[in-house]
Amino acid sequence: MTAPRSSIRVGTGAGFSDDRIDPAAALAARGKLDYLVFECLAERTIARETLTRLKDPERGYTPYLVERFQAVLPACTQNGIRIVTNMGAANPLGAARAVRREAKALGIADLPVAVVTGDDVADLVRQNPQLPLMESGEPVESLLPRMASANAYLGADVIRDGLATGAPVVMTGRVADPSLFLGTMLHGLGWAYDDYPKLAVGTLAGHLMECAGQVTGGCFIDPGRKDAEDAVNIGFPYADIGQDGSLLLGKLEDSGGRLDVMTCTEQVLYEMHDPTSYITPDCILDITGVEFAQEGKHRVRAKGAKARPRTPTYKVVVGYHDGYIGEGEVAYAGPNAVARAQLAEKIVRERLQLRGFTYPEIRVDYIGMSSLHGMGEGRPEPYEVRLRIAARSPDRKAALAVGFEVRTLHVNGPSGGGGGSNAIREVLAVKSILMPRELVKTAVTVVGGK
Amino acid sequence: MSVKVYDLGHARAGDKGNTSNVSVTAYDERAWNILREQLTSERVMHAYAEIAKGPVTRYELPKLRALNFVIENALGGGVTVSLAQDMHGKSLSFKMLDIDLHGEG
Repeated sequence: MTAPRSSIRVGTGAGFSDDRIDPAAALAARGKLDYLVFECLAERTIARETLTRLKDPERGYTPYLVERFQAVLPACTQNGIRIVTNMGAANPLGAARAVRREAKALGIADLPVAVVTGDDVADLVRQNPQLPLMESGEPVESLLPRMASANAYLGADVIRDGLATGAPVVMTGRVADPSLFLGTMLHGLGWAYDDYPKLAVGTLAGHLMECAGQVTGGCFIDPGRKDAEDAVNIGFPYADIGQDGSLLLGKLEDSGGRLDVMTCTEQVLYEMHDPTSYITPDCILDITGVEFAQEGKHRVRAKGAKARPRTPTYKVVVGYHDGYIGEGEVAYAGPNAVARAQLAEKIVRERLQLRGFTYPEIRVDYIGMSSLHGMGEGRPEPYEVRLRIAARSPDRKAALAVGFEVRTLHVNGPSGGGGGSNAIREVLAVKSILMPRELVKTAVTVVGGK
Repeated sequence: MSVKVYDLGHARAGDKGNTSNVSVTAYDERAWNILREQLTSERVMHAYAEIAKGPVTRYELPKLRALNFVIENALGGGVTVSLAQDMHGKSLSFKMLDIDLHGEG
């Protein structure tokens, strides 16, 4: 492999499973990147994909995998950009085969893919039922009969090892979001996995970039107050990371959005609890000393991150079946709209009761009034309002009845109710445990490249 | 004279399990002093009373002129099980920005 470099450029290709596709293609084509990282796994995605894999053993990876690779593979191959991603979800090996099929269709006969496995710890959880849930302190044992998946958040070391194989693509299941990025630095800059000042820089870089457009103007714009250029074409970020631990963020000049101290400050605190202790599999990051400085248009330097040694455990997210949520909506407008919606609510509640259904939790929203921040005080009545009723139940029939009774309001409810809709979904809930590191066995396997 | 947090700073909300965190970053030093003094965890708990059970913990980041509020029991049991429309609580930043504080005389 190539010797460590004095600086590398890492870009973000996606910040969640349903993210936009085009910004990654632009970065691959014109970003002068060394690595392109796609983060595509939310907390429960793996649980859902585990169920998909049960139905079809070749699937269980992220839904847009093919589209994302189609968009970037030719440019990445041409420009020597290596791809790191957790798109493998519940089936990293199946994902690797899918990527290789796609590569072949694009004229790349044999694309080696390094596959990281070992994050699936469902068997280990079954063997250690005494491990306490972080949420309640109760043993995980009670969830085992309903468990759908259990995955450990692996660290940057597995990404480093994947890249060390020389494969152009590293495919993983669950790896902590910042670790996907830090791994490229361990490999590309030759940083040691116990060099904590460096791990702090790489983890900060990963944390800032893991949500892609959220640091470049996404989730930020408030018209007239906080504006950005060309919000349609918000570009995704990249960072230049120096061997010495320097960190400079940027985005393509011809992309939209905005990258400045304000966007970075919002993003560094995103999903942050105690800012002295952001726990990742690699270290405990302290951002209280972090400072941002504008070094040019859409160029921000970050410094001041510190890190303490990593904990002896991996966080494991356990996905489990938790019944059903049924819901229905119907809308009213004009004079007395709110009163008609309120009557509709009363009718639905009583009809459900008459049918003998009870629910551990029912939620009623008046969309346009109270669905996001509650009823508040002294708010004026809106011209139109959309009633939404949602309830959970372990019983599918009871959950279905909620939407059913809302739907029937068109014909059997107050005057002028329209736009009814109903839905039901199976709930995959998640809880967390901490698993001693030594129990978790990870592996890197290269598929192809003979 | 009353002033909204909206006029003093900008905010973003994030989610982890059943906990929401909302950061508030001051636009300038004057705003920072007002926020730091008046936007207490008690004030925030009061504002979110209809949404969250709490407790609320406040962290200060003077170098960023930012406050970070960790609001527990705020997301209907967590993103995966919540009955709410906004299961991530993305809109909760604007609840923070709607809080009224006392401006300078």
